Amino acid sequence: MASASLLKSSPVLNKSEWVQGQTLRQPSVSVVRCHPVAPSALTVRAGSYTDELIKTAKTVASPGRGILAMDESNATCGKRLASIGLENTEANRQAYRTLLVSAPGLGNYISGAILFEETLYQSTVDGKKIVDILKEQGIVPGIKTDKGLVPLTGSNDESWCQGLDGLASRSAAYYQQGARFCKWRTVVSIPNGPSALAVKEAAWGLARYAAISQDNGLVPIVEPEIMLDGEHGIDRTFEVAQKVWAEVFFYLAENNVTFEGILLKPSMVTPGAECKERATPEKVADYTLKLLHRRIPPAVPGIMFLSGGQSELEATLNLNAMNQKPNPWHVSFSYARALQNTCLKTWEGLPEKVGAAQEALLLRAKANSLAQLGKYTGEGESAEAKEGMFVKGYVY
Amino acid sequence: MACSNLVKLNATSSSWIGQQSFGQRSAAPLGSPARRVSVVRAGSYADELVQTAKSIASPGRGILAIDESSATCGKRLASIGLDNTETNRQAYRQLLLTTPGLGEYISGSILFEETLYQSTTDGKKFVDCLRDENIVPGIKVDKGLVPLPGSNNESWCQGLDGLASRSAEYYSQGARFAKWRTVVSIPCGPSALAVKEAAWGLARYAAISQDNGLVPIVEPEILLDGDHSIERTREVAELVWAEVFHYLAENNVLYEGILLKPSMVTPGADHKEKASPETIAQYTLTVLKRRVPPAVPGIMFLSGGQSEMEATLNLNAMNQSPNPWHVSFSYARALQNSVLKAWQGRPEKAEAGQKALLARAKANSMAQLGRYSAEGESDDAKKGMFVKGYTY
Repeated sequence: MASASLLKSSPVLNKSEWVQGQTLRQPSVSVVRCHPVAPSALTVRAGSYTDELIKTAKTVASPGRGILAMDESNATCGKRLASIGLENTEANRQAYRTLLVSAPGLGNYISGAILFEETLYQSTVDGKKIVDILKEQGIVPGIKTDKGLVPLTGSNDESWCQGLDGLASRSAAYYQQGARFCKWRTVVSIPNGPSALAVKEAAWGLARYAAISQDNGLVPIVEPEIMLDGEHGIDRTFEVAQKVWAEVFFYLAENNVTFEGILLKPSMVTPGAECKERATPEKVADYTLKLLHRRIPPAVPGIMFLSGGQSELEATLNLNAMNQKPNPWHVSFSYARALQNTCLKTWEGLPEKVGAAQEALLLRAKANSLAQLGKYTGEGESAEAKEGMFVKGYVY
Repeated sequence: MACSNLVKLNATSSSWIGQQSFGQRSAAPLGSPARRVSVVRAGSYADELVQTAKSIASPGRGILAIDESSATCGKRLASIGLDNTETNRQAYRQLLLTTPGLGEYISGSILFEETLYQSTTDGKKFVDCLRDENIVPGIKVDKGLVPLPGSNNESWCQGLDGLASRSAEYYSQGARFAKWRTVVSIPCGPSALAVKEAAWGLARYAAISQDNGLVPIVEPEILLDGDHSIERTREVAELVWAEVFHYLAENNVLYEGILLKPSMVTPGADHKEKASPETIAQYTLTVLKRRVPPAVPGIMFLSGGQSEMEATLNLNAMNQSPNPWHVSFSYARALQNSVLKAWQGRPEKAEAGQKALLARAKANSMAQLGRYSAEGESDDAKKGMFVKGYTY
C-alpha cells in the first residue's frame, strides 16, 4: 500500500462518514455525508466467517500449545538448508517441511503451523498433502500472506510491508486450500527513529490486512516486529512498543476488525541486541506483561510471541517467566528459529537422521508447551539450545 | 478547547516518536528539536495514583457520586420541598457523609467544590469524615457542557483552563481523585467531531489531573436519550472508547492510575424493546473486553437514569464471572433517590435517610460481588429515573 494514499484518505474523513453513515440507521437531516456507504460496510466486519474465526483463534490459543512458524521464503529456507550443506531445491525444501510436520505427536504442543505458499500446495513424496498431515495432527494450517518488506520513501531508511494488492483473492484461494489463519510481518526499527510515518504505515497496513483476512475466512496474526537491532535499553523498547501497539489497536478498531478473531505476534520487550545491559527473563517478563496490560484488550484470545533472534533457551525461559501467573489472554509462542535450530542441525539432510531431528523438534516444542503453562524447569537442555541466534540486520 | 488545536497537536505527536529524550538517536532526527518528554507521565505522584485507584477499586465497594452542582442539588431539594440554600445543601450532604459504616460499601465519594470545603454543623471537615471511613474524597473538576460549534447540535465539556492549579488546590484540600463528565448523543449522530473533542478533552484532563496528584475518572457518557437499538449503542461505544484510549495513550496517561465511568450498553430510552440485565451485561462486557486494557484497575458504571433496582441488577449481571478489572458502580441518583424520599428534609428522619443510603449501598456492594438478590426491594427502588434531555 503506497504511503501516498494515507494522505488522500484522511482517517478523519473516513471516520466521520463511518460514524454517521452506517447502513443500520437513518441519518438525520443535517448530517454531512462524504460518500455513500457501500452495503458491505456493515458493523459485523467479519461477515459470514465470524463464528469460525473466533473458534479458530480459540483453538490456536489453547492451553499448553503454540505455533510452529515455518513460513520462510524460498530464499531464506535456502539459507537454512545451506547451513547444513544442502542445496536450495524444491525437493530439499519439501523434505525438510515434511520432516517438521510429520513429527509424531507434534499436535500435543503445536496448535498451528505457518506455511509459505509453496508448502501450502505441496505434498509429501508419497503424495499426501501437507495440509492434510497437519489437520490429522490437530494442527491448524496457516499461511504467510504478505509480500515482504521494501524501503519506505520519506522515512529514515525504514521499511514498509507490501501485500494488500490482490490480498482478498489470495486469501480466499488459501482458504480453499485449507488455510485458516494467516500472517503478515512488518517491522519497526528503533535505531532509525522510529519515525511516526513508519509506525503509522506499519499499523495501518496491519489493520487493513487484518480486515481483508477476516473477510475471507482467515484469522489474521498481527505482527509488528520491533527489531532487536540496536544498542537501546529496555526502557526505550518499552516506550516504542507502547506507541506501536496503541496505533495498531486504534486502526484495527477503525477497520472494524473483530478482536475475538485475531492473534497477535509481538516481540518481547528486551534491550537492544547491542545494549551492554542484559535483562533476566523476569525483567523481560515484567516489562512485556506491563506492555500487554496497557495495550491489549482482553477480547484478543492469544498473544503468540516471536523469538526474533533469541536463543532457543532464552525464548523458552522468557515465555515461562511470563506465565507464572494467570493472564487475561493466552500468552504463548510462535517460534521459527527457536524451534527449528537444533532440529535442523540434527538432521544434517540425512534420511537416517530424520527420527532424531523430529525428536529434537518435539523436545523444543514440549519445552515451550511447558513454558506456556508456566511449568518449564530447564532440565536436560543442551548447549546447542543455549546458543544465541541473533543475526544483525536479519532478513527473512 | 478549539478544534484547530488538534491540527497542531497531530504535528507534535509526529515528532514525538522520533524525539525521545531517552534513546540514542541516529544521525538524522526528524521533525522539531527534542522536547523533554518523560515516559512516566504522572511524575512524582505515580505510586500514590496507583495506590488510590486500587483502593477505590476494592472488592465489594464503589463510588457515591454527590457532585451535583448547586443548581442541580437545588432540584433534589425542591423535590422534597426544601429551598436551595447553602445550609440545606450542607445538611443534605452531612446526612450522606456521616452515615455510620458507609465505608464498608463505599470506597470513594465525588464532591462538588462547595462540599470539599464544607464541614459538619459540629465543625468537622467533610473530607475528614470521609477519611475516617476509609472513603477517598474526590472532586468534580470540569466546568460543564456547552454547545459545540460545527457539530450537529452537540455539546463539549469545558474545564482545561486553569485545571492544573485548580487540581493542585483540591489536592491540598484533601481530594485524591477527580471527575470530568462529557457526553455523546446518539440521536445527534454522533458526529466524528463531537467524539474526537470528547475524547481529546478527557485525555488532556486526565494527564493534567495525574500531574497534580488526582486519579482522573474518565467519563464519556453516551446518553440514554433516543430510540436506537442496543446494537447501535454498542457500535458507538466501541468507537468512543477506541478514540478515548488512543488519546489517553498519546497523552502518556498512566493507565494504572485512572478509573473509567462508562454508561452501560443499553437500548435508547425510547426504543420499543427493553433489554434484560443479562443482555445488558453481555453487550457491555463485550465492549469492555474489546476496548479496555487490563492495566485499568476499575470500571465504575454510571446509572444515567436507570431505576435504583435496574442499576443494581445490571451491575450484578456483569459480575457473574471474574473480570480482568474491578467492575463496580459510581451512582448518584441510583443511590440517593430513596434517601431523599426517606429524609423529607426533616431532622427526625435523618437516620431513616441514612439507613436508606446504607441499604442501597449494600445492595450495590453485593452486586459488585455478583451476589445480589432482589428480595425485599421497595417499589420506589424500581421506579425509573430517566428524564428526557436531562441536564445535571
